[in-house]
Amino acid sequence: MDFSLGERTEAFRAEVRAFLDEHLTADVIERMHVSGTFNDKDFNGALAEAGLLAGAVPGYGDRDPIELYVLFNELEKAGAPYDGLAVTMLVAGVIHAMGTDFHHTEVFVKLLTGQFNCCLGYSEPDHGSDVAAITTKAVRDGDEWVIDGQKMWTTMAHEADWVLLLTRTNPDVSKHKGLTMFLVPMDLPGIEVQPVPTMASERTNATFYDGVRLGDEWRLGEVDGGWAVMGVALAFERGVMGGTNPAVPLLRHVRDWAAEVPSPDGGTMLDDPLLRERLARTAMANQVSQLLTLRAAWIAATGGLPGLEGSMAKLYATERYQQAVGWFQQMAGAEGLLSFGVDGAAANGWIDYDGRHSPVVTIYGGTTEINRNNVAERHLGLPRAH
Amino acid sequence: MDLNLTEDQKTIREVFAAFFDGETGPARARSAEPLGFDANAWERLLETGAPGMGVAEAVGGGGASLADLAVVAAEAGARIAPLPLVDHMVTVRLLASLADPSACDDDMLAGSTIVGLAIRPATSGIAHTVPNGAVAHRVVALHGERLVIDQHIDLPLDAYLANHGCLPLAHRDLAEAAVLAVGPKAVAAHAQAVDEWRTLTAATLVGMAREALVLGVDYVKERKQFGRPVGSFQAVQHLLADLPGLIDGAHLLTAKAAWAGDRASAGITGTLDVEANDVTDFPALAAMALVAAGEAAVLATDRSLHVHGGYGFSEEYDIQLYYRRARALAFVLDDPARECRRLAGMFLATSDGRPPASDHHDLPPASPEKGCS
Repeated sequence: MDFSLGERTEAFRAEVRAFLDEHLTADVIERMHVSGTFNDKDFNGALAEAGLLAGAVPGYGDRDPIELYVLFNELEKAGAPYDGLAVTMLVAGVIHAMGTDFHHTEVFVKLLTGQFNCCLGYSEPDHGSDVAAITTKAVRDGDEWVIDGQKMWTTMAHEADWVLLLTRTNPDVSKHKGLTMFLVPMDLPGIEVQPVPTMASERTNATFYDGVRLGDEWRLGEVDGGWAVMGVALAFERGVMGGTNPAVPLLRHVRDWAAEVPSPDGGTMLDDPLLRERLARTAMANQVSQLLTLRAAWIAATGGLPGLEGSMAKLYATERYQQAVGWFQQMAGAEGLLSFGVDGAAANGWIDYDGRHSPVVTIYGGTTEINRNNVAERHLGLPRAH
Repeated sequence: MDLNLTEDQKTIREVFAAFFDGETGPARARSAEPLGFDANAWERLLETGAPGMGVAEAVGGGGASLADLAVVAAEAGARIAPLPLVDHMVTVRLLASLADPSACDDDMLAGSTIVGLAIRPATSGIAHTVPNGAVAHRVVALHGERLVIDQHIDLPLDAYLANHGCLPLAHRDLAEAAVLAVGPKAVAAHAQAVDEWRTLTAATLVGMAREALVLGVDYVKERKQFGRPVGSFQAVQHLLADLPGLIDGAHLLTAKAAWAGDRASAGITGTLDVEANDVTDFPALAAMALVAAGEAAVLATDRSLHVHGGYGFSEEYDIQLYYRRARALAFVLDDPARECRRLAGMFLATSDGRPPASDHHDLPPASPEKGCS
């Protein structure tokens, strides 16, 4: 085995780091937290200008999945606004893999400029983990389709130009077989976006589709073949495109806080044996999360589809992140409760931020339980659960 | 980046998987209790060249890398082989690395003289609870700033210390020991050997964890309650579904530690930048690997035993053999929490710029403990 990234990938990483040094300013980070929108078109546009965005599309261009991992990993570690970008590039990857010339001209090339965004329209108010049971309808009307229904957790919908929308086109067959995917322009009449505030600073949305009419050219994949498109989208989503190293900035923030704060036992909190043990455990878990994610990327780079390995990486990384957040929130005490911009806030408010953000990571992108089901049935070969 | 084994390593894995299948395994481990040593299997192992395979060819060894040895250790661990292999391999590498490599003689390279390592510093002339102290003809220990090797003793010993994991543990008296090296070089050589021990023991634990999971999965597919396999209950499935990622993660970290160890031996310096999650430093990775693999093996054996129900607790089923050995290997060096604090000392300063006292555990305590008779 060889765990070095290799000269080419190291050079790419150095390029990404140099870009972040120049463009990830305090203003960009503050704008993200004030707005609750983890997407910044100026920042994305700068990435595009630097030639880094084409490499962010899974399966496209001359960047392999290891470099894709490196790009999103560096953005995540640096605390950059990358959520909107990750979703957008994921959709670009799906278009590249399964889209038509029309999708390429109308959408794909625009996504590469950094000035346009996509969002994901899978979940509904009554259908989350059981996503194949969704009921948003798409009905044929001549050359057009008419869409009616409601989607939930459409994060970035208020910034998005297109939504990757999963619809029901045939209610008379088994649930996985009657689904069709569309790429829907968000400016069509009949679409309404309502904000759904969360306990963290990030905003998400509910989206409503009332008699939305669009041409068949916006369909992505076969009629009633939406589940196959989902399979590609989920394989891109889990693992490789960020989300598995959130405890890297956490460790940095806690370390900086601990070095400055006096401990009631003498010295600073950095002398506290339990805090030191926990920082070391976090550093170890960060290495394991990185290796599990790199394995998924490496499988993709060598021609495989790392669905299960992505599930394992997500399970491990998200639970360890939550555990670490719990430790440090407790150890930061009263000052750990104070928010961004507040006088005396531990780690300038980051502990409060991570404490608010962390519950969602074992929910979105496939819950812990769904991922455990995947591993139990498809990796361990256990009988289907009741 | 390449996560495949080399062609050589694939061969090594096949050869040793077949060897350990034939000569070791749970039944043999059971009959080798309580000592934890199967002399016949060790005799057969000498024919494979395994005892000296990790020593440089120039000094008469097999020229295998630490990464190669980790492949062997994982196969031994999967079959809980009652053999002092990891300790022997690490110790001959240590002896062969000294200024005078003749300290590693042909009988040691061949394995007819079994050597062992006191992984913790000796105190008051005694190396306490040495992992293969009950079966090693000679043991290497760090005593103060002196690296020593005790006199050749004949086996079998009656010094065996009954223990949780049926490891061949014994205290060793260093009164007559010969000095191999003195000063910072002696301390560094011992530290290097213990880091290699951490890495190969982690590989052993990963092998144990994998097999323990297999035992649990096989059992819940067969065992029926309420008219169906207990493995069809989600509560049971989810106990087991956490394990593959944990075990694979520990495996990747162990393989990375071995890779870093081989690079360090070739003179390539690693980095330890936890802020960027950029770690290629061998001592840091060796510590992480042992903690991660210990955790994986302890949890995998715990969950697997649990899903066996009462049978898992009975002597008859194999999972209890794995359960006890996982804990023995995970804890015989140190409390993993202290191991973590030692790791923290590698990347964190303190307010006065010095590492805290708890990070010094590799050095002898200021007031020596009483020797154990």
